[in-house]
Amino acid sequence: MNGKPIVSASSGIKTPSLFARIADNDLFYSFIRSPLTVAAAVVTLVIFAAALCAPLISPQNPFDPATLNLMEGFTPPMAPNAFTGNVFWLGTDAQGRDIFSAILYGSRVSLLVGFAAVGFAAVLGITLGLVSGYVGGWVDSLIMRIADVQLSFPAILIALLIFGVFKGIVPPSVQDKVAIYVLIAAIGLSDWVQYARTVRSSTLAEKNKEYVQAARVIGVPAPVILLRHILPNVMGPVLVIATIGLALAIILESTLSFLGVGVPPTQPSLGTLIRVGQDFLFSGEWWIVLFPGLTLLALALAVNLLGDWLRDALNPKLR
Amino acid sequence: MLAFIIRRLLQSVLVMLTVALVAFGLFRYIGDPINNMVGQEATLVEREQLRAQLGLNDPVPVQFARFVANAAQGQFGMSYRMARPVADVIFERLPATLELALISGIGALVVGIALGVYTALRRDGWLSQIIMSLSLIGVSLPTFLIGILLIYVFAVQLQVLPAFGRGEVVRLGWWSTGLLTESGLKSLIMPAITLGLYQLTLIMRLVRAEMLEVLRTDYIKFARARGLSDRSVHFRHALKNTLLPVITITGLQIGSIIAFAIITETVFQWPGVGLLFITAVQFVDVPVMAAYLVLIALIFVVINLIVDLLYFAVDPRLRVKRSGRGS
Repeated sequence: MNGKPIVSASSGIKTPSLFARIADNDLFYSFIRSPLTVAAAVVTLVIFAAALCAPLISPQNPFDPATLNLMEGFTPPMAPNAFTGNVFWLGTDAQGRDIFSAILYGSRVSLLVGFAAVGFAAVLGITLGLVSGYVGGWVDSLIMRIADVQLSFPAILIALLIFGVFKGIVPPSVQDKVAIYVLIAAIGLSDWVQYARTVRSSTLAEKNKEYVQAARVIGVPAPVILLRHILPNVMGPVLVIATIGLALAIILESTLSFLGVGVPPTQPSLGTLIRVGQDFLFSGEWWIVLFPGLTLLALALAVNLLGDWLRDALNPKLR
Repeated sequence: MLAFIIRRLLQSVLVMLTVALVAFGLFRYIGDPINNMVGQEATLVEREQLRAQLGLNDPVPVQFARFVANAAQGQFGMSYRMARPVADVIFERLPATLELALISGIGALVVGIALGVYTALRRDGWLSQIIMSLSLIGVSLPTFLIGILLIYVFAVQLQVLPAFGRGEVVRLGWWSTGLLTESGLKSLIMPAITLGLYQLTLIMRLVRAEMLEVLRTDYIKFARARGLSDRSVHFRHALKNTLLPVITITGLQIGSIIAFAIITETVFQWPGVGLLFITAVQFVDVPVMAAYLVLIALIFVVINLIVDLLYFAVDPRLRVKRSGRGS
């Protein structure tokens, strides 16, 4: 376990190269065998990459007022603007903002919040789950009671409530600045229970195994046992929850932003774009809401498919 | 059995007290309740008088006890934004939400079970494949996006259904219903579909999975061997046994339907409690937030309790196991 590959001298087998090892992997095999999953992975990667490189590939910076031309407002997709003759792939909104660029920047915010919220929920849930399972006793019952109560309420309600509290406590002048962190915390806090429950049950199973007992006997401190020995063995299910959790977090973020309690309008996510675009639906400017909506759908669907595949692939019962 | 019921009841009371504590915390510590009630020109003396009158100088446990006692009688004070008793505002809007939730819940259950049984029985048919793929999209499609797409197609393009509001309502005592007028029914269609679609896909996938599992069991093979008709095997033997988990999940989903109604009501400007709550969050109308929270919690707890008891009543195995192991 010190990083060096173990080579058996007697059989003379060389350690296969990294590429060969990946190709030989069960997980990789089941991945390649499922075209839908490969497609989902491609879509996910494309959206991730596009969001990451938004400043490089987007035709304009949609949030710099200097680059916007009001005359170009409401240009339909793929049609030249009546005044300037510029063509926008996906059209423009009321201020002449290019929808394609807005989507690129919007997915950036959505993904940022999604990843951060999943990370927050996972760290919190895993920590509480490990402690709960390993320590047991009243700590365990307390944590699991809280989890039970929270689990009986939908995440959206909890996130909304946290947001309501935030609006009541924080003065309005700084609300816009910290809104995104509150959003991350709200989504994270509404979603930690699943991690905690899964990790707790795996920890309960692991902690009586011999390697843990051996570690305890030679005097390894409890935090080290938890992090170095138990944690790596309970990570499989966590990975599945995190993948599906990412899709849920992205949807929750866009929903909250759509309800007007998410990220501030100066930093729109996909949900904010849809919220703004909805107003123009009745006057016939369908592209302002449709394209951000489709991007959101594609992203959520692709990540969900990946999560589904991962769950089945890691589940030995289904092999 | 009795011990189980009592323990479950105690648990429910505990949950409600926790929620009440959160609601009380909101009410007491977010902003100054006095500031929100009196005008700008109120003097310090008047403020102190009101404070004493409302009992805000009492010890916190006493205040909490009073809050719980009032809440139990449905009194949550005045809404900051509308200057009306919160209970009135909520009861005025409750019928709209309950009607929407009920209709979409029933729709989701009926269609979900039908599609679930169909896709399980014809699991390799092309129609089943299409339904299963669509259901995955249904899970990934955010609720508000479904609503917007429906509005675009049926209200803007085809102009056959109203895009927002509840239509005409008929008053029956304190209950107002949209189910008796044509415009009310028309207005209900899109919100009900929007709200129910996610639950529909969930129920459908659940029924399908359970059905497939049951169809593999020995007693189904035996029933077939006895020469029973497919109809009898599928519906009298298989479906009955798949309905148990369906009852649980559906019961638990009723609560989340009411919570998800917040989104649907926002999209369609449906005048229910969800819309009330989201405006309350935006305007920091704490009494309304607190009251909504307690109301939703109550609905959740009651449903959870009923589902647990129902489960117990429906599945005889549970009773035997419990008494056998004494757990």
